[in-house]
Amino acid sequence: MILALHDYWSERGCVILQPYDMEMGAGTFHPATTLRALGPDRWNAAFVQPCRRPTDGRYGENPNRLQHYYQYQVILKPSPPDLQDLYLGSLAAIGVDMTKHDIRFVEDDWESPTLGAWGLGWEVWCDGMEVTQFTYFQQMGGFDMKPVAGELTYGLERLAMYIQDVDNVYDLRFNDAGVSYGDVFLENERQMSAWNFEVADTDTLFDSFRKAAAECERSLAAKLPLAAYEQAIKASHTFNLLQARGVISVAERQAYIGRVRDLAKASCAAWMEKNGWAA
Amino acid sequence: MTDFLLELRSEEIPARMQAKAREDLARLFAAELAKAGLSAGALVTYATPRRLALIARDLPLATEAVSEEVKGPRASAPPQALEGFLRKTGLSREQLVERDGVLFAVTQRPGRATAEVLAEAIPAIIRAFPWPKSMRWGDASLSTESLRWVRPLHGIVALFGEDIISTEIADIASGATTYGHRFHHPGPITIGSANDYVEKLRACHVLVDQDERAAIIRGRAAALAVEAGLELIEDDGLVAENAGLTEWPVPLLGRFDADYLSVPPEVIQLTARVNQKYFVCRDASTGALANAFVCTANIEASDGGAKIVEGNRKVLAARLSDARFFYDTDLKVPLADQTAKLERIVFHEKLGSVADKVDRVAKLARWLVEEGVVGTPDLADRAERAARLAKADLVTGMVGEFPELQGLMGGYYAAAQGEDAAVAAAVRDHYKPVGQGDDVPTEPVTVAVALADKLDTIASFFAINLEPTGSRDPFAIRRAALGVIALVVDNHLRLVIRQASMSVILKQVIEDLGRPASETAKRLRDSVSDFGGEAVYAVANKMIEEAAGAMRELRKDVLKIAVLISMNLTGFFAERLKVQQKEAGVRHDLIDAVFALGGELDIVLLLARVRSLQGFIGTEDGANLLAGYKRAANILKKEGHAALTGAAMAYTPEPAEAALLAALAAAEPAAARAVAAEDFEAAMAALATLRAPIDGFFESVTVNDSDPAKRAARLDLLARVRAAVHTVADFGKIEG
Repeated sequence: MILALHDYWSERGCVILQPYDMEMGAGTFHPATTLRALGPDRWNAAFVQPCRRPTDGRYGENPNRLQHYYQYQVILKPSPPDLQDLYLGSLAAIGVDMTKHDIRFVEDDWESPTLGAWGLGWEVWCDGMEVTQFTYFQQMGGFDMKPVAGELTYGLERLAMYIQDVDNVYDLRFNDAGVSYGDVFLENERQMSAWNFEVADTDTLFDSFRKAAAECERSLAAKLPLAAYEQAIKASHTFNLLQARGVISVAERQAYIGRVRDLAKASCAAWMEKNGWAA
Repeated sequence: MTDFLLELRSEEIPARMQAKAREDLARLFAAELAKAGLSAGALVTYATPRRLALIARDLPLATEAVSEEVKGPRASAPPQALEGFLRKTGLSREQLVERDGVLFAVTQRPGRATAEVLAEAIPAIIRAFPWPKSMRWGDASLSTESLRWVRPLHGIVALFGEDIISTEIADIASGATTYGHRFHHPGPITIGSANDYVEKLRACHVLVDQDERAAIIRGRAAALAVEAGLELIEDDGLVAENAGLTEWPVPLLGRFDADYLSVPPEVIQLTARVNQKYFVCRDASTGALANAFVCTANIEASDGGAKIVEGNRKVLAARLSDARFFYDTDLKVPLADQTAKLERIVFHEKLGSVADKVDRVAKLARWLVEEGVVGTPDLADRAERAARLAKADLVTGMVGEFPELQGLMGGYYAAAQGEDAAVAAAVRDHYKPVGQGDDVPTEPVTVAVALADKLDTIASFFAINLEPTGSRDPFAIRRAALGVIALVVDNHLRLVIRQASMSVILKQVIEDLGRPASETAKRLRDSVSDFGGEAVYAVANKMIEEAAGAMRELRKDVLKIAVLISMNLTGFFAERLKVQQKEAGVRHDLIDAVFALGGELDIVLLLARVRSLQGFIGTEDGANLLAGYKRAANILKKEGHAALTGAAMAYTPEPAEAALLAALAAAEPAAARAVAAEDFEAAMAALATLRAPIDGFFESVTVNDSDPAKRAARLDLLARVRAAVHTVADFGKIEG
C-alpha cells in the first residue's frame, strides 16, 4: 500500500522522503511539512511518518485506537486545482472501489494550536470512517500561507483495515507469511500505554520540557532554525506525555500550549528570515 | 420576461453553512437587482454539498428608461445664468425645454440590458459573500488578496433564458457547464436554461433541492426501521445535516453488537449522532434503545450497500468500544474521589476552582433545605452530598470526550456506585432547566442543588462586578436567573433572593477587599526577619497599627459593598422577572403596579399579587375602584398632599364623608389582614367595599372647601384611600 502511494505521488511530481527520526504527534510536524509549507517556493513531497499520541493509548484493547501508528502524508504547494481528483485517484490506486464504498468530504477545520497553524478542509470518510485529513493550510507558525499548500494525511492502519476487510487493527496481515499487525505491535501498545499513563516519571518529563525549550532558544540565538524546530517538536511531544500522565491542569494546559506555540512560531520566523521571505 | 439561473460550484460546502448561504445568496442577488431598479417575480435557492444555486423568475430583458429633469433658470434670466446652466448640464440652448417661462434640462437615460446588470452582479455577489469562514487556494494565493470562498470555487453557470451571461472572476469564466454526482456521473453536463436545471441534474444523480433530499432521508430512514420491526428516533437536525452531506441520499440500516447496549443509551445515541451522523432506533413496544443504526450514504452502491453498512458498523463498533472503555474506567473511581481533581479546574480566576464552587454550592444547598425553603429539613444531608458530587463527572473520561453529557454521566456513576437515589437524580438533573421549555426539576434534593448552583453562579459574578451588561452575558447569568425563576415558580418556593445570596456575596467581598490587608500582613511577616535587636518591635508595632487601621476601614467597606451588590442583584432579578412575565403575556402595567410597592423580592408572592390584581381589575368593582383611586390621586397630586397629616376632624362630617370613613375603618384592617395572610383575593374584596362610598363621596362632598380645616381633613381622607389601595398594589401604575 505504501509502495502504491509512493508510486502514485512520485509519478505526480512529489519527492519521496523518509520518516523524520523524532517522536511527533502528526506528520504535519515533519519539517518537510511545517517549514517547507512556508515561503513562495513550489514544494511537493510524500512520506510516511510514525506518530505518537500518548493519550490515545488503549492498552491494545480498542480495535482502532493506538498510541503509535503511521500516517502517510502528502504536501503540495501551491495546492493544485484538481487536488480532490488527485486524492480520489490515489484511493483507487490502493484498491478502494468507489462504486461500492461511500466516500465523503465532511467539514473538519484543522487547527494546531501548538504550531500556530490552521486550515480549512475535511475529514474524508470511507463508509463512515475517517481515512484522511484533507486540509488547505491558511496559516503556519502564525504566518499567512503565500501560496496555500494542500495537505493530505492518510491513516494507514485504517485504510489497510478497509482494504484487507478486517475489524480489528491487530488482525491486519503484515505480510503473506502469517505475521499480523498484532504480532508486531500489540505488546508495544500494552507496554507503552502503561508507561504513558502510569509509569513515565513526571519530574524527568518536566525537566526535559524545560531543557528542550531552553535549547530551542539557544538554537534560535545561533540562527539555526532547523535545530530550534527540532527542540520545539521535542517540547511538544514531552507536553503530550505530561498530558497523558494527567499532571497538567486546565489552566496550565493553555500556558504549556502557548509555550510550545511560541517556540514553533519563533522557529518558523527564523526559517522565514534565513530564507529572506517577508511575512 | 425571462428566467435566470446561477450556479456556483465548489468543493464540499460544510452542511451547517448551507441554509444560511442560500439566504445570503437570495439577499445579495435581490440587492444587486434593486440597485438597477429590477426585481424578480420569484427567487428560489438550492444548496448541495457541491453547489449553491439560484433561479430568478420573470426578469424583464432591460431596465426601464428613466427620464430625468433638472430645473434651470427662467427664460428671462440674464445670459450668465443660462451659460452656467448649459455648462453644468452639457446641453445647448436648443435642447432645453421651456415650461411656464422656466427652462428645464431633460435627459433620457435609456434602459440597461438586464444581461449587463447580471454580468456585473455575479462577481459582486461572490466577492461580498459572507461565509462564516473562508479560504484562499491555488496559484493565486501567492497574494493574500486572492479570492476567498468557503472552499475552492470551480465553476459558474449563469444563464439568462438560454443565453450565457459572460462574466469572470479569479480566472473562473461563467458558462453553461456543470458536473453531476461525483461518482455516478463525473463528466460535464450542459444546462440549457433555468427550466431544465433541476431535471438535468436529477438525471445525473444530483437532487438539487435540499428539501427533497431531507424528505427522502426522513421517509426512507423511518421505513427501514419499520421493516426491521423497530421505530426510528426522529431527529430533524440529523435529517438536515445528512441532506447537507449528500447529493443523492441513500439511507441504509445496520446492526451493532447488542453487548454495547450496556453503555448508557444517551451515550450511544450521542456518539452515533455527533461522531457518525447516524440515526438510532428504539424497540417499538418497550421504548428501549435497539442495536440498530441508520446511516445515509451518498451513492447507490453496486452491491446494494452491503460493504457500506459493514464499514459503518465497524466504525460504530470502535466508537462504542471507546465509550465502553471510558464508562468502565470511570465506574471504577468513586465520584467522591474524583472531586479532589476539581481543585485543578479553574472556575474563574477571581472565584477560585470548581472545588471552591462546589463547597459554596454544598453549603447553600444545605441552608436552603434547613431553612425550609426547599423540601423538609431531613433532606439536608442528601442535598449537601448531592451538591458535593454534582460536578465530579467533569473530570471523568466520558465527559471529557462528550462535554454535553455532564450531569447525566454523574447520575449514572452515582447510582452505580450505590449513592441514594435522590442524590443520584440530583447529580443528574442539577443543571436543569437549561433553557426555556426544558424540564424543571421537582424532586426536593434536585431542586435544592439546582437552585444553589445557579444562585451561586449569579451571586458570585455579581460580587466581582461581572454582571451581564447590554447584550454581553459571557457567563450566561441571565439564563441562570431564568432557571432560578422557573425553579421557584414551578415549586412554589418561598425564597428571598437577598437572603439566599448574601453569604456568597459577603464571602467574595471579604476575600476581594481582604486581599490588600492580608498582603500587608504578609509584608509585615516578611520584613520582621530583616531586623535584629530592639528595633524590630518598633517597626512591627508601626506596621501592625497600619494593618489594624486598614482592617477597620475594611469592615465598613465590606458591609456597604455587600449591601449594594445585593440590591443590585435583587434589581436584576426583578428586571428578569418582569421581562419573563411580559413575554408570558402578563400586562406590564399590572406587573409595575405590584413591583412599585418595593419590599423583598419574593417571586411567588409577587406573582400571586399580579394574578389577583389581573383578576380584580377585569371586574366592574375593580374598574370603578381604579377610577375612584385615580380621581383621589389626581386631587392629591394637584394639591401637593403627599402624606397623611393626621389632622383631627374638628367638624361634623357630611353623610357621604361619614360613610367613607366607616368603610375605610372596616376595609383597612380587613385588607391588611388578608395581605398578611397572603390572601390577595380577599384583600381585593376588602378594597372593593370602598368603591360605593368613594363614588358617593365624590358626588356630594366638596374637597376644596373654603374652610381650610375641612379641606385638610378631606385631603387626608383621600390619602387614606390611596394608602389603603397601596396595601395591594400601586394603582397609579395601572393604565386605563
